[in-house]
Order: sequence, then structure tokens, then C-alpha cells
Amino acid sequence: MSVKPLTVGAFLLAAGVALAGALPAKAADMADVRLLVSNCFNCHGTNGVSAGVIDGLDELSAPRMSKALKQFKSGEKAATIMNRIAKGYSDAEIDAIAKYIATANGN
Amino acid sequence: MFYISRRGFLQGTGAVSALTLAGCVTTQSKARVVVVGGGFGGATAAKYIKWFDPSVDVTLVEMKTQYTTCPFSNAYLGGLVKFDDITHGYGAMGKRGIKVVNDMVTGVDPVKKVVTTKGGQNLSYDRLIMSPGIDFRWETIEGYDEAAAELVPHAWKAGPQTAMLRKQLEAMEDGGLVVIASPPNPFRCPPGPYERASMIANYLKAHKPRSKVLVLDAKDKFSKQGLFMEGWKIHYGDMIEWVPAAKDGKVLGVDAKTRTVKTDFTEHKAAVANVIPAQKANMLAANAGLTDKSGWCPINLATFESKLHPGVHVIGDAAIASGMPKSGNAANTQAKVCAAVVTDLLAGRTPGLPKTTNTCYSLITGDHGISVTAVYELGADKYGGVKGSGGLTPANAGREFWKQESRNARGWYANIAEDIWG
Repeated sequence: MSVKPLTVGAFLLAAGVALAGALPAKAADMADVRLLVSNCFNCHGTNGVSAGVIDGLDELSAPRMSKALKQFKSGEKAATIMNRIAKGYSDAEIDAIAKYIATANGN
Repeated sequence: MFYISRRGFLQGTGAVSALTLAGCVTTQSKARVVVVGGGFGGATAAKYIKWFDPSVDVTLVEMKTQYTTCPFSNAYLGGLVKFDDITHGYGAMGKRGIKVVNDMVTGVDPVKKVVTTKGGQNLSYDRLIMSPGIDFRWETIEGYDEAAAELVPHAWKAGPQTAMLRKQLEAMEDGGLVVIASPPNPFRCPPGPYERASMIANYLKAHKPRSKVLVLDAKDKFSKQGLFMEGWKIHYGDMIEWVPAAKDGKVLGVDAKTRTVKTDFTEHKAAVANVIPAQKANMLAANAGLTDKSGWCPINLATFESKLHPGVHVIGDAAIASGMPKSGNAANTQAKVCAAVVTDLLAGRTPGLPKTTNTCYSLITGDHGISVTAVYELGADKYGGVKGSGGLTPANAGREFWKQESRNARGWYANIAEDIWG
């Protein structure tokens, strides 16, 4: 598989920009954002690069990913499982996750 | 607010000593982490320590050079995938800078902080992550021990046992009785025995349609029960019968030579028997003094650090991760929490409160998948689902939905295997 190099510096920069708002303590911490994000990878592939039939996340922009996750959360967008999962995250967490994955993949 | 809550968290978890330790570690060139066990928990932990902090020196100790997974071993029994598809090596670890030691662990000294191996290696660590998996409580079923398991497989540690069970199913004549003995809680993979019944029926329906699968259970209810029973009725009719403990389902004895499975009042003569005994943490954990009287490893739920030995973290099936199931996916996500915690502690940072997940697919047929999922936050004494999130595949979801879930099950396997061993 292709793993794009993830440099800590790039993430700190991205997170600094993304997380400067009023986020809850959990998502405001860099390591915690990475922990949230790492939980996407068991189904979507490491860094969002999918080896199977499940959609990869590596070509999505942050706004598109945020929007889709919020639509899964509200039920506006149908799904077999992402609706159940998206309901577990605050909008701020969703934005942080989307920003992180998109930035890591250069989107 | 933020820092006050963090300090409260620290005091609550007893991680202060760990931070003091981390202060000493910074005088070394590189912090050293040893991971014992190369399954869903351990191999993930090794990879994600490097993902969180590439500067940490990581050594993974695993006896086997090839790891066959329990997840999708039922799909192998059902004829959906090949044995090679569920077997993975450690070739990718090297390119991430992870040292792999294919050797048997003979000792863990949590005071001197050294892991010793049969091959004579002494591996010093600053933090140890144990993901040793399970062992069986052989004493709980009369006549069933390691020797008997060579005739009547448990196939609950995947590998040669899984291949043996498949060969026995292939050799069985049409019209035979397959008996599965399902264990008491807690055990590895709560929906596993019922997915196994489904997948064996999947094979039998195609090749030996007059045969039957009898599930004898030490419990009165089981994971995803409604969804399994819904699927069994649609696809297998009377081919699968489940007997709860209350109706004489609890297996008390086995005669391996005659493949006779005994309950209180009945002796079932099986053509193929699959006996899954009660379980406990792997002996590596017990020998290291990491287990309590329950046979499992008590941990600090926020850090997965052992309550019995500081500096040692336990993840996966061996750990008492209250609120989370003993599943391969949970071992993977616990490993990520643990890797984040360990890299934080080694760098002198205070770990955050974990938020994590579990997703578990089961196959009833090749085209009928079901799932349960959870997004966990840590409560006072256990992990609990975020309100309104997670849960099961809806009842009567319909064929399109089930088909999509079966596709996602395969996609999940491909990606989690890549996430761990790729």
C-alpha cells in the first residue's frame, strides 16, 4: 500500500489553523485529534487509503468530508453504518477529523 | 478549565509516576517500547507507536512468522475465502523501522523492565505493551484438553486448528451432525460462534444439504441474537438449531475419540465437533503477574496500563477493558489509544481522555452481512457508547442492506489487515 509520509510539523501547523476556535478539550489536543482520526482507518485504510471496496478518504477535501459526515449524522444522507458512527461525534470533532485527513493527504 | 481537568485526570489514573519516569527517559537517546504479541492488538500498537512518534525505538516480539486471523476464519470455513487470504506476515514492519523478533517470550521482569526470549534475547524497555491474547480453561470441560483438541478442534486460535476443522467438514458425509460448543462469557469474539454456525451451514447447504448444525451454548443469550436468528430462518431453515444453557445446552464433557459431546442430560454424537472452551488471558500475562483472580488483566481504562505492574500496558482480549468487547477491531482501536498514551508519556506529555470505537461485522451468508458498532467515551468505571450513536443493523433491513453490509465486511477485513500488517 502507499503510505503518504505524515510529518508531525505539517500536522501541528494544520491543527493549529484548524483548531484555533472554541473546540472541546478532547479535540483541542493534537494527539487526541490523531487518535480520533486513527479510528477511521480500521475500515477506511491507514491514512484513508482504502485497499478494499469501502470508500477511501484520501481524495476528499475537508469541507466535503465534513459535510458528508454531518449529513450522515443528521440522517439526511443514508448509510448502512456511517450514520450510526457519525452520531458519536460533535460537529467540532467532525471538522477536526476532516481537516486532519484532508491535510495529511494534501487535499 | 482545560488544565484543571487534565490534572484531575492525572491524579485519578496514577500516571504521575509514569511522568516522572518519562523525565528520566529523556536523558537517553531513544525511548524504547517492546510489544509482545503480533496479533490485532500488538501489531497495531507497534505500527501506531511509530505513527504517533517515529523517534521511538519499537521492538515487536511474536513467536509466529505468519499470523492467521480469527476474523474471517469463519468465512474460510464457509468457503468464501482462502487460507492465504487470512494469513499475514511481518514484512512491512521493517520498512517502518520496527524491529521484529520472531521468538518465544520466556519471561517478563516488570521491575528490571526486561523481556527475555527462548532464543536468549534480553529486551530492555521503558514501556512494555502486552497483547498476548487468550488461553483456554481446559479444566472446565471434562475430557477436553490440548490432546483432545487435536481430534476435536476448538479453532478459536486461528491457524492449524482452523484448517483441521475445515478438513473435517470436507470429509464429513452428507447428513452428518456438526456440534458447536459455545463458551460462557467473557470470551474472544462474542458473535463468533454464531457466525461460525452460519458459515458452516453456508458450506453444508451447498455441499451436504441433509446435514445439521447444533449449537450447544453455555449462555442463554448471545451477541446479535435477533439478527442471527432472522438470517438463519431465511437462509437455513431448520439446518441450524441453537440450544441455550437453560435447555440443557451447557457442554460439560467431551469424548474426543468418539466425537461425543455431553451435557447434563444428553450425549450428542457428532460427525464433526467444534468445542470452544471457557477462556482466560494468555499464560504470558499470567506468568508476568498481570492477571487477577478473574484470570484476566486489570488495567487503568484511560491508559491501558496494568493495575498490577506500572510501566506495562495490556491491550486486546487479555485486558479487562470494561464496556468494550473482546474483538479484533477493539484490540486494534485499544492499541491506538495505548500507542497515543505511551508516546505521550515517553515525551513527557499528559495523555488526553480516550475516545474510541469498535465495528464488528458478521457474515450469515456471502451476501448477508450484519454489524454492530460503537463510539466509546470513558465513563467512571467503563467505556460507554456516546448517546444516540452506534448499535446494530436494523431488524428486517432487507436484502440490499444485508448485501451492502457483506461487502463492507470484506472491505473492513481488507483495510484492517492492511492497517495492521500492511
